[in-house]
Amino acid sequence: MDVIDENKLAKSKKRKQAIAFWIFRILSYSVVAILFIILSFIVIKGISVINWNFISQMPEEGMTKGGIYPAIIGTLCLVAGSMLFAFPIGVMAAIYMNEYVKAGLIKKIIKQMTNNLAGIPSIVFGLFGMSLFVNKLGFGDSILAGSLTLGLLALPVVIRTTEESLKAVEDTFRQASLGLGASKWETTRKVVLPIAFPNIITGLILSIGRVSGETAPILFTVAAYFLPKLPTSIFDQAMALPYHLYVISTSGTNIEESRPIAYGTALVLIIIVLIANLLANALRKYFGKKVKMN
Amino acid sequence: MKTFYKKFSEKFIEGLLMLSGTVTSLTVILIVIFLFKEGLGVFDKKPVEEGYVIAINKNNAIRKITSAEIKNIYDQKITHWNEVGGKPDSIVLFRLEDISNFYSDDEIGENFEGLPNCINRLVDSLPNIIAFFPEKYLIKDFKGKQLEIDKIKLAEFFGGKEWLPTAQPSAQLGVLPLIMGTLWVSLGAILLALPLGLAAAVYMSEIAKDNVRRIMKPLIELLAGIPSVVYGFFGLVIIVPLIQKTFNLPVGETGLAGSIILGIMALPTIITISEDAMRNTPRAMKEASLALGASKWQTIYKVVVPYSISGITAGAILGIGRAIGETMAVLMVTGNAAVMPHSILEPVRTIPATIAAELGEASNGGLHYKALFALGCILFLITLFINLTVEFVTSRNKHNKH
Repeated sequence: MDVIDENKLAKSKKRKQAIAFWIFRILSYSVVAILFIILSFIVIKGISVINWNFISQMPEEGMTKGGIYPAIIGTLCLVAGSMLFAFPIGVMAAIYMNEYVKAGLIKKIIKQMTNNLAGIPSIVFGLFGMSLFVNKLGFGDSILAGSLTLGLLALPVVIRTTEESLKAVEDTFRQASLGLGASKWETTRKVVLPIAFPNIITGLILSIGRVSGETAPILFTVAAYFLPKLPTSIFDQAMALPYHLYVISTSGTNIEESRPIAYGTALVLIIIVLIANLLANALRKYFGKKVKMN
Repeated sequence: MKTFYKKFSEKFIEGLLMLSGTVTSLTVILIVIFLFKEGLGVFDKKPVEEGYVIAINKNNAIRKITSAEIKNIYDQKITHWNEVGGKPDSIVLFRLEDISNFYSDDEIGENFEGLPNCINRLVDSLPNIIAFFPEKYLIKDFKGKQLEIDKIKLAEFFGGKEWLPTAQPSAQLGVLPLIMGTLWVSLGAILLALPLGLAAAVYMSEIAKDNVRRIMKPLIELLAGIPSVVYGFFGLVIIVPLIQKTFNLPVGETGLAGSIILGIMALPTIITISEDAMRNTPRAMKEASLALGASKWQTIYKVVVPYSISGITAGAILGIGRAIGETMAVLMVTGNAAVMPHSILEPVRTIPATIAAELGEASNGGLHYKALFALGCILFLITLFINLTVEFVTSRNKHNKH
């Protein structure tokens, strides 16, 4: 009697587990399916639009024809500008946090503030950038103002990834270098940074992916609705890919006719993000160590 | 000498590094200062546009009037003076463009030189008039009475149910519909994302084989990397028409569309953080459970999930935070009607979407501009609260374990 009961119990336990695992598997796969639906939709609709003319020509006829060249250049300028600002400062801040400051109140405060900055919504960065860079400092709607705003947004990401890469460097390296009589900075520059370098670059690539798709911070700091010429200085307005997509899919002069352009723009954005992610993953694999994004 | 230089440059570099270390803190402080300076300025402003006056007959007993009352009078929802504390006479509305009903073109003059006098005579002659006109047409010895208008009050701002920041003659700045819209959409998003996200997290950390996990992990990261404007675009061309057809609605841009898109966008946050938490469950605990005869599934829901509950909570809260702060995707799919939401199948408008949609047209330093900054303050405080909650949840957990 007892034996049969135990068998029954074990069987029902197994069945329950099998059912539960199947549910979990299906739900997980549906998350992946969502990603593929979005990606394949944009790729299928956008691939026929993209050709050399599309990425090398000015928009024409109320943005229903022509290309997205100025938007691509604008986004490149913004990415370069924001990284020029965020990357050195972010890396230096991370070095200070990981190599110099001792555990204590200051470190705690900096860490908390960096976390807080990372949690601020992008539209608030837009408000801040507008009131400080555009109005107070008088940069106007310009690549400079937009780059600085985006740079501030990317700062926590750069700091976090750099810190992770520095943490991954084993302490024995530092001790050996210091033991040989090298100073702290010499140790950091000649021992720690070279080892952490690949991971830091991975972080940089991921922040580039993030910055190139941000729309809300550039709405009021740089983005131009329609500007069929290239920016000539950092005080010029510029078009940008994400803003371009937003504008032509919601408030263009002829939404239906500019749909193909919208699909093409979305695909270009996706490709940038995809390349950034693949590159980062490849680097990670190549150098073996992991940088965490979150 | 050489060692002096070396020491000096060491110190210099350390100073430089320290300076960089303070940039984030400085930015947060600056954001707070700029946001709140502009945002709190809204309570120093009057709802009637600068350069305009509202006047009544001098025999009218009314002195003060609220912004909502002005609006209701001009919308003809209030038609008698006794409704705002005066005599039971019906109100005579006057806007500047009505002037030709009362006076001829000759009296007004070709360049409106007679206009101030006409207004003066009109307000003096009609005992029940309320007149809204630019201050420049107010003559020196005006015989009517200018109404005192209160500055915008905190209670009005947070309790008001109407968001009409550019309404004439009196702007209505009630943020309640926007706050409700934001919470409504975010709540919907998290209800959709939580089961899916948690299931994926459990699957990836406990059930899936290592090679499946190795494929899924970068895919989830990719999901996090897709720009919000692309999500918005996808929602606009796929989800919005789908909702419109399924529920047979006049427009598909609804709170539900926003919730679905935000839910998808919150997934990577929820999955990554709760998966990390579950993977941190000590192996010994799992093995003890298995050794006692529990199945893998029993171990998951009786050991792993309870152990990592604080990490899971943190993931869920951060997911909500992401949803609340998201701008572009919501702006593109929710229809942006600033009314109190009654169902998820109606257009709603969130705080970030309002800022993004309206800041471009608000004049620098004006009432509308400051009101949008005040919205930014609310958003900042909500997200700060969320971050601190997460900090609290996770730190308490660490405390318990050691």
